[in-house]
Amino acid sequence: MKIVIVGCGRVGAFLAGLLDAGGHDVTIVDLERAAFRHLPSDFRGTTLLGNGTDLEVLRQAGIDKADALLTLTQGDNRNLMSAQVAKEIFGVKHVIAKVNDPIRANTYREHGIGTFSRTTILGTLLEAMLMSDPEVGKTLMERARAHEARLAEQV
Amino acid sequence: MYFVIAGGGEVGFHLAKALLEAGHEIMLIESDRRRATFIQEQLGSVVLNAPADEGRYQLEAGCQRADAVIAVTGEDPANLVICQLAKWKCRVPRVIARVNDPKNEIVFKTLGIDETISSTRVLMNVIEQELPSAGGGFLPLMPLTGSHLELIEAEIGPNTPGAGKSIGSLGLPRGTAIGGIVRRGSVLHADEDVRLEVGDRLVILAPTKDESEVRKALAG
Repeated sequence: MKIVIVGCGRVGAFLAGLLDAGGHDVTIVDLERAAFRHLPSDFRGTTLLGNGTDLEVLRQAGIDKADALLTLTQGDNRNLMSAQVAKEIFGVKHVIAKVNDPIRANTYREHGIGTFSRTTILGTLLEAMLMSDPEVGKTLMERARAHEARLAEQV
Repeated sequence: MYFVIAGGGEVGFHLAKALLEAGHEIMLIESDRRRATFIQEQLGSVVLNAPADEGRYQLEAGCQRADAVIAVTGEDPANLVICQLAKWKCRVPRVIARVNDPKNEIVFKTLGIDETISSTRVLMNVIEQELPSAGGGFLPLMPLTGSHLELIEAEIGPNTPGAGKSIGSLGLPRGTAIGGIVRRGSVLHADEDVRLEVGDRLVILAPTKDESEVRKALAG
């Protein structure tokens, strides 16, 4: 798949690394050059300096041929704008925006934009762990720990 | 009428002041506490110190009974989300967004925000209006609400690509219509074979997204 990621913070860079290692064609966009230092050293994808809400920057990132776009910057509104541009203007099929405000996440999901909220996902998971509810997040935690172990080995 | 203004920068503050002076009721939403306090001291209890991009504060500001919500923060993504939430959650009949990057006018329209104000474009229009007509002129006059079309006035200058060409050979984008040509004070029909002369003024209806193409064909 060709995947565009906007926002090269810890999450964006980690995900870019996973997808790249999985053989996907990844382009990652960030406003700051320094952000690309988060990427794993063996990252083979493309980095692009620019604003991910800008039509021209998205075009340069190859959005018109992308199968998916994920927006993972710190700004909920920026993420929502990039995601909508990708979906409504460039017709990208899979669009996911990180929206930390749970209410905004819900509203935009109702309007056809895939959203997830770190707030509700992490909160729900932590509650389940505290209440020793083994089912919730079991697979998730196993996989995440495997990734962490692999990353730790590389250091 | 009741207006909710999102963003208390210079634009929001002076807009609030002008609307109050015109006898309207307003509420201004500003997230910065010091700025909100300043505006409250200047204009009275018409300020809500909260982020305008969260639905519950839009409700607290009374958006559900507002005649219009006007988003004038310095950030285009925030203005987009504020307007979308106002439309979807509060069913505001009219939303107006300031766009800082003129390219975003088309983006906002595509995403359902029909009324946008771009200060860059307003200034461009003013500057172009002041230009000596020798080089020709190209002036987007106004968008037609809800249609993705806009009205443009263009004047044919001596060194412009349009000068001497027939209407049919201009290569205007599809969906563009020339309403008429003003030549020495009278109106000509814009038939295919009419040749443009220097000094002709054209009234054009064009899709907003094709504005730059129309500009290229006529004014260069």
